[in-house]
Amino acid sequence: MTADIARSDVERAERTGTGRPSVPVIHLRDVIKRFREKTGREVHALGPVDLTIRPGEFVCVVGPSGCGKSTLLRLIAGLEAASGGTLRRYGQPLDAPSHEVGIIFQEHVLFPWASVLENVLLPADVLGLEKSAAQARAWRLLEMTGLRDFAHHCPQNLSGGMKQRAAFCRAMLADPRFLLLDEPFGALDALTREELSLELSRLWDELGRTAFMITHDIEEAILLGDRVLVMSPRPGRIEADIAIDLPRPRSIDTAALPRFQEIKNQVRHLIFGHRKG
Amino acid sequence: MSFSSLGGRLLIPVVYLAMLSAWEGLTLYFSVPSWVLPAPSEILAAGVEWAPELATNALVTLRETVFGFLLALALSLPLAALIAFNALARRIIYPVLLGLQSIPKVALAPLVLLWFGFSEWPKIVIVVLVCFFPILVNVVAGFDAVPKSMLDMMRSLGASQHMILRRLRLPAALPALFTGCKVAITFAVIGAVIGEFVSAQSGLGYLILITTSQSQTPVAFAALLLLTVMSVALFYILEYLEKRVVTWSP
Repeated sequence: MTADIARSDVERAERTGTGRPSVPVIHLRDVIKRFREKTGREVHALGPVDLTIRPGEFVCVVGPSGCGKSTLLRLIAGLEAASGGTLRRYGQPLDAPSHEVGIIFQEHVLFPWASVLENVLLPADVLGLEKSAAQARAWRLLEMTGLRDFAHHCPQNLSGGMKQRAAFCRAMLADPRFLLLDEPFGALDALTREELSLELSRLWDELGRTAFMITHDIEEAILLGDRVLVMSPRPGRIEADIAIDLPRPRSIDTAALPRFQEIKNQVRHLIFGHRKG
Repeated sequence: MSFSSLGGRLLIPVVYLAMLSAWEGLTLYFSVPSWVLPAPSEILAAGVEWAPELATNALVTLRETVFGFLLALALSLPLAALIAFNALARRIIYPVLLGLQSIPKVALAPLVLLWFGFSEWPKIVIVVLVCFFPILVNVVAGFDAVPKSMLDMMRSLGASQHMILRRLRLPAALPALFTGCKVAITFAVIGAVIGEFVSAQSGLGYLILITTSQSQTPVAFAALLLLTVMSVALFYILEYLEKRVVTWSP
């Protein structure tokens, strides 16, 4: 069913190491972000950060709150400009958002005045995609996420988990090569979080996209990621880049593996090691 | 203590009827002259007797009110967009508008009459002046209140400013637009009556002025009643439209 939506070709081959070496999806070098607060004080929020994301990788970022994780994501999305350093996306200078990048925000940000289907179709309207093809794709995505019967409902009649599924469909509609997830399950209850992160893991295995996810949940990061980046408190730097060598596909049982617990402890020490006393 | 649904529904009309009867009874008992305070029965009789005059004058006032209101709507929307999306325009225009708004409209009425002459225009202009500001302020607030996360989402899709306006800002501002319109429409009726007080050959305001000066107080009361009904009806028409259009508000 998902064959026509999957990117089974190049990126998957690259992930398994059989393809030719290719241009990184994202390449950051010495990237710095400073803010000017309303009081006029300058705040060094992030960096310098060096980061390379290769095609097909699922990269998760964890770190203490206020460490600049979301700023890093906004820089990669092209929603904000860096104060220094070089940023490249598929080898090109990164200075604006791109339709090749889909974003899922912490809040679902669905339009309350439009139906679920209309919300999912929004990128088609903005990007001027062919209507009937976009419709067909929207229906397949809604089917995949179990929302087919809710296509004509208003978003506010949906549960939190269903809203986030709809936001996922919208992000996937324009067939992005690269997904950015900004604490996508942050506003959900614990059970829904776990359910959705397993579902995302399954979808990602099927779809074979590159993904970059911010989260404050260490288990979620390990469960989903090929790599987990641990960030330091402000100014945020990448303190550790841990390869997650757990087998795929991952499931609830993955969290019970000794290796999972080992990585989790390692990450916890990296994050909480900063706290003294 | 609880009222049955029928009892609850009957209670309000019964209270109103009791109040009207008390009014009727007290004016009779104290023999209050009808040119000071007419009894409800006299107002009703005057209303029936003067029905044609009341109807034609009500239509005049209604026309001024609705036309002025629509004109204010047409003028305030583009200006609200300009203020909301252009920081310089906001800094220049907003203080001027705020200053104009603080001038009592009654004080402006003779000037408006001077500039627009004896026609329906002075009254329409006063209605526009009265309606303009509440609509503008609310629409600007509506444009401003668009969640940043939604703007980010549109920007991440590479949406143009025009697309963001059409798909996000306009629908997001609709509830505020209706709030502004509902405030404005009640002011609009007041504006029309002010205009008719200053310069008038017709309209309910004119009728009230003339009939009170001729001690035809019951007719003035009937005209007042009509004004109230008109104002309330216009408000509820807008509220009905709002319910049909803004289906997503809680």
